[in-house]
Amino acid sequence: MGTLVEQQVTTVTEPAPVKGAGRRTSFWPFVIPAVVVVGSVIVFPWVFTVWMSMHEWTVGGARNFTGLANYARLASDTRFIASIGNTLVYTFLAVILPLFFGTLAALIFNSRLPFRGVLRGLFVMPMMATPVAIALVWTMMFHPQLGVLNYLLSFIGIGPQEWVFSPRTVIPSLVLVETWQWTPLVMLIVLGGLAAIPTEPYESAEIDGANAFQRFRYITLPMIAPFLMVAVIIRTIDALKSFDIIYAITQGGPGTASETINLYLYSVAFAYYDVGYGSAIAVVFFALVIALSLLMLHLRQRTKWMDLQGGP
Amino acid sequence: MNPRSFLNSLGLWFAALVLVSPAILFFLWMISLSLKFEVDNAAYPPVFIPERFAWKNYTGVFESNRFGLFFINSLIVTGVATGLALLIGVPAGYGIARMKATKAAVVVLIARMTPGLSYLIPLFLLFQWLGLMGTLVPQIIAHLVITVPIVIWIMIGYFETTPLELEEAAVIDGANRWEVFRHVALPIAKPGITVAFILAVIFSWNNFVFGVVLAGRETRTLPVAVYNMLSFEQLSWGPLAAAAIIVTLPVLVLTVVAQRQIVAGLTAGAVKGG
Repeated sequence: MGTLVEQQVTTVTEPAPVKGAGRRTSFWPFVIPAVVVVGSVIVFPWVFTVWMSMHEWTVGGARNFTGLANYARLASDTRFIASIGNTLVYTFLAVILPLFFGTLAALIFNSRLPFRGVLRGLFVMPMMATPVAIALVWTMMFHPQLGVLNYLLSFIGIGPQEWVFSPRTVIPSLVLVETWQWTPLVMLIVLGGLAAIPTEPYESAEIDGANAFQRFRYITLPMIAPFLMVAVIIRTIDALKSFDIIYAITQGGPGTASETINLYLYSVAFAYYDVGYGSAIAVVFFALVIALSLLMLHLRQRTKWMDLQGGP
Repeated sequence: MNPRSFLNSLGLWFAALVLVSPAILFFLWMISLSLKFEVDNAAYPPVFIPERFAWKNYTGVFESNRFGLFFINSLIVTGVATGLALLIGVPAGYGIARMKATKAAVVVLIARMTPGLSYLIPLFLLFQWLGLMGTLVPQIIAHLVITVPIVIWIMIGYFETTPLELEEAAVIDGANRWEVFRHVALPIAKPGITVAFILAVIFSWNNFVFGVVLAGRETRTLPVAVYNMLSFEQLSWGPLAAAAIIVTLPVLVLTVVAQRQIVAGLTAGAVKGG
């Protein structure tokens, strides 16, 4: 993330070449093992997936080159199209909610509190816990009859909910788990932004009689905007890719109500062993993730620009 | 401290407590579930602190001999994948930082954007073709997809900030590139390596999707084993919760012990595997 923020800076401060090009090439031996590994476990699968996506190919079956037929099939696959919708709804909610609570938490943890370190440590724990283990416990908590969540709701006069057991509430319920787990990451990123704000603007604003809300709106918010954008980008990527929690709690159900692209990809490739078609889904999915990330990076440039232009 | 600022900080502390409470209550409830007999776990309204603790939920998990096997599988996969990643990634981070090859970092960034599942189709076919399924090798190699980018990413960031003067002095003294790295850069980078190590261990340990696809009956890692318990013991919550705690406990302990390094690493790298 830091590297994301500093990327422009580092690319600009290209060093003066010292003693010619030999100085740089002498570092190649350090990188070669990583190039080999990254090439074989990361780049090779990318290329191979694209090649596979152009074949009719099931595990153990024959392999036929079919060109773009798999992609044509995707366009009319209603289950695939529904999964795109589910993914976008899930992602939207799983970005917005952690962003809101994470920013709030960062503002609170940025002020001086007794036991701040301990509280922050506890706050970060959900993010580090094993997602599957967490998902199991949430599954128990969501239980309509015996679950603790419906019991807690009864205190504030809300009737029992069906949570992940109803197509209507399944996605918001899963987002609840995702929000619970990943709000701390947003908090940490925004906290990094808050730490970088100098105190002078606040002092002069106070002299000018700005109230707390105005200070937040006109000083804090513009200053942390680039960090919020980084948080949005990272959350978007992670929410699009979310698998463990959805798979462990609902496996995409009830029916296909919470089936995201990732879950559908899993079914096609590893339950039906239709690896050709699965690869086509993987390619489209990958393109979607990259496209959304690039869009956000573009927006981030605009927020940077607004930083320089805007402000009181 | 005047009354007003006292009230202010009291309010802040209360707000902080409210924010932290979902995390605290969740883990307390997890512990409660794991220590109750089925009668208490199936009671409504729920029992929070039972009269008798069901320690057998824990001993039951440890006594099953398969658990020992899955634990060792997890240790081997995470250990080897992290070890290899450090061996490969630390020099690579150094090389990339010194060559100022920031473009190389883009590959790492795209690797992070790629859904884990899309690596799995080709790797799955490759491992099948090589006849490696049924061993731990496929999972170790797949976990490199997570651990190598984390280590490279963090080490680039770290080596960019370490001072060059010492290294230049060593070069003047006649040391070659390798000696400079081994005796000058590496010792300075120890804190960075610690951060990379901790994060790689956590994200590899937690990984589920690679195990679901690549693990056989004998090669399951703990997250997969716990998930499989769910399908067989849908209604015995106590043992399930106990198993869930045992799986995630090593990571949570690491989080508490190394909180400072983890926070530093995540804010600097914001990396997550999978």
